[in-house]
Amino acid sequence: MSGGVQATARILARDDGRGGTSLPVLEGDGPLALRRTRGRGAEARVMLVGAMSGPLGGDHFTVEAAVEEGARLHVGSAAATIALPGQAKGEARYDVRLTVADGGELRWLPEQLISANGSELYVSTHVDVGAYGRLVLREEQVLGRVAEEPGRLSSRLVLRVGGRTVLDQELACGPGAPGGWDGPAVLAGHRAVGQLVVVRPEFAADPAASRVLGDGAVVMPLAGPAALVSAVAPDALRLRKLLDDALTSLG
Amino acid sequence: MSRAALLVLADGRFPAGGHAHSGGAEAAVKAGRITGASSLEEFCRGRLHTAGLVSASLAAAAVLGVNPMELDAAADARTPSPALRVAARKLGRQLMRAARATWPSVELDALAREFPKGAHQPVVLGVTARVAGLDAVDAAHCAAYESVSGPASATVRLLSLDPFDATAVLARLAPELDRVADQAVEAAGRVVDHGVDALPSASAPLLEIGAELHAAWPVRLFAS
Repeated sequence: MSGGVQATARILARDDGRGGTSLPVLEGDGPLALRRTRGRGAEARVMLVGAMSGPLGGDHFTVEAAVEEGARLHVGSAAATIALPGQAKGEARYDVRLTVADGGELRWLPEQLISANGSELYVSTHVDVGAYGRLVLREEQVLGRVAEEPGRLSSRLVLRVGGRTVLDQELACGPGAPGGWDGPAVLAGHRAVGQLVVVRPEFAADPAASRVLGDGAVVMPLAGPAALVSAVAPDALRLRKLLDDALTSLG
Repeated sequence: MSRAALLVLADGRFPAGGHAHSGGAEAAVKAGRITGASSLEEFCRGRLHTAGLVSASLAAAAVLGVNPMELDAAADARTPSPALRVAARKLGRQLMRAARATWPSVELDALAREFPKGAHQPVVLGVTARVAGLDAVDAAHCAAYESVSGPASATVRLLSLDPFDATAVLARLAPELDRVADQAVEAAGRVVDHGVDALPSASAPLLEIGAELHAAWPVRLFAS
């Protein structure tokens, strides 16, 4: 028995038929609070507000967002998420389940996930995008607060487009992770690592070009209508700059 | 199973073209991240538990008869770097030529027909092991070993590292290599029951980033 907090937040975005996006479901739960904020144009904007820090050991958080045909949703977070050791023993889990229908668009741009010393967190993000859906998704992992050894973090990202898996990758780091995670093949002392996923139907005929954006960041066309920006940096600020520049370069 | 067939397949002199690839070592040497035996060992350890585990699982699953088309698509999804996808298919095509000449079989012929430009190398390796009468754990060992032996021998050339030191690195990794092969066989068993999503997807950001940087160099010693 973990004794941690179980919480699930849900968002459903729907075309309101008047050129905007409505949110028929916007349900926070416990430490996962959701606020609708001012959107731009047809886009509805939601802020994920951590009502307390966490997840802590033993917690299991789930966030689900579904974007229907013709709807446009932007999700951000008010602050970084900090994985901390908890009173309850054992690992924490954070599951993100996103679906984007054909003709829908999701911009999933939360703040960083910080793996604090002594924490143990397993993140899994599954995204299902229709063949004619659009997605921009950013994930940033920061290993430890300032001058602190990181906790144990494992983060898996699975992307399906039109029912086909085009990306499946898992990063494991911190104490107890398989050997070599901080060595020259994996992170080599970098304390911030990030992924930016862009799905566009246009990429099917005209894929994004491979591009080197400096020593720590590259744009890679995936085997499907999607591109991945993979980046490592010494810290969160420099990582964000790399990913912002990469998104700009994709147009 | 035939133990001798395993030696033939795992022999560095098996003409499958692997010597032209450094497994990311050339990029890591250039970046100053591999400078000698101890950093080579950490490089190999990281590669073994990420790309090595994934390759070993793909190969083991192919031995168990999982559909190679599905395994190949799963390998694509686990290889975001287009440079590494190209390298894996090139190596797969070269291995296919050697394998068909060595162990002629309808199964290899069919796989070659499906993938005229080459399937991912670990998938070809697994099907080859299968037709050679080897077990899943043999193919997993081959793939896991290749994931570290390539960078080790490349580093001997790149840094003029003492070959004895490079071989000692491989020997020190042997117990972990055995564990990774076992993990791969367990994963392959789950793939038989639950499909290719059960394959591990352990990733190494610097291998992917380094491969893209390396592919953009005008001159290089190794193909990847």
